[in-house]
Amino acid sequence: MATVATVEQSQKQLWAGGAEPLKASYGKLMMWFFLMSDAFTFSALLITYGLIRFSHEAAPAAANVVVDGAHKFIFSHEYWPIPEAVFTHFPFTHAHLPLAFVGLMTFILIMSSVTMVLAVEAGHRMHKDAVAKWMLWTILGGFAFLGSQAWEWSIFIVGSENGLTLSETGKTIFGATLTENEYGPPAFADLFFFITGFHGTHVLSGVLLNILIFFNVVTGLYERRGHYEMVEKVGLYWHFVDLVWVFVFTFFYLV
Amino acid sequence: MATELTGQFIPDTNPESVKQRSRIWTVFWILFAITSFEFLVAFTKGPLNIPHILVLTMFISLTIVKAFYIVAEFMHLKHEMKVLIWSVVIPTVFIIWLIVALLMEGGSH
Repeated sequence: MATVATVEQSQKQLWAGGAEPLKASYGKLMMWFFLMSDAFTFSALLITYGLIRFSHEAAPAAANVVVDGAHKFIFSHEYWPIPEAVFTHFPFTHAHLPLAFVGLMTFILIMSSVTMVLAVEAGHRMHKDAVAKWMLWTILGGFAFLGSQAWEWSIFIVGSENGLTLSETGKTIFGATLTENEYGPPAFADLFFFITGFHGTHVLSGVLLNILIFFNVVTGLYERRGHYEMVEKVGLYWHFVDLVWVFVFTFFYLV
Repeated sequence: MATELTGQFIPDTNPESVKQRSRIWTVFWILFAITSFEFLVAFTKGPLNIPHILVLTMFISLTIVKAFYIVAEFMHLKHEMKVLIWSVVIPTVFIIWLIVALLMEGGSH
């Protein structure tokens, strides 16, 4: 008797909504499927990068020269540049430090992913102060990353002291825009702006969402609600942004 | 999820929580070590004359390892139900398809 009653009741509940066959709430599932669609968009961008890169000439060995004992890479519109020759600057120094700044940015983003997952963990324990603390660190990490990206963009746009003089017209190009690029084919700069820009926009909206969540944590909204699931959902988004950067780092900067 | 939503305050000193947090930091150190290793390879591949195809394979497989740790541990997917795991993982074959399709298209001229 008792079992029948339970079965009947659970059948009813199953059709009354609120049942979670995947043991994850509606909002969480939708976040997963949104992220999946976003993963397709980013994949398309990165695969396009690969396709356009390999449809250009690779840099010849002669592009690497040694001037006064220092290694230099000669940029040209004829071939695709190697990323470690383009991204060599680091704030507050004129030293030649290839990829060091991108490394720092990667570290910042992984670190902010860690603070985010610590906020989620504290949320499971209804530890309001700890959630607020880790959310704040995550927001700071997000701003640090955005600031770094702004700095990298400005260096890229302003360009080097000597620029690139085109042999056919004699015109000298400094830095990069969507149509001109001193580091190589204009498509290289376009892809840089689009891929890191699209990722940066994701970071920006992630930071805004994190601020909103932080505000709700501090005012005690989730405390009253009895759970911190919103922190988990926005956390999923934030980790995804970190995940995308891992791929951008490899396919744009390393390879 | 390892900790149920009890709606009750549990302090930092809770042994289950201490264990979970040390796991989070372990994943961080794994990601950190892999990224540092990638840098090491990026700067020594020239002087050591490591073949390009080997470097490429290494970078791509290490990226997939990092992606696994972020998705499985940070995004908690490893601890979700199997149906959810497969619903997220299986559609990524379309990404593989796009890579193969565009590479073939790109190599056709």
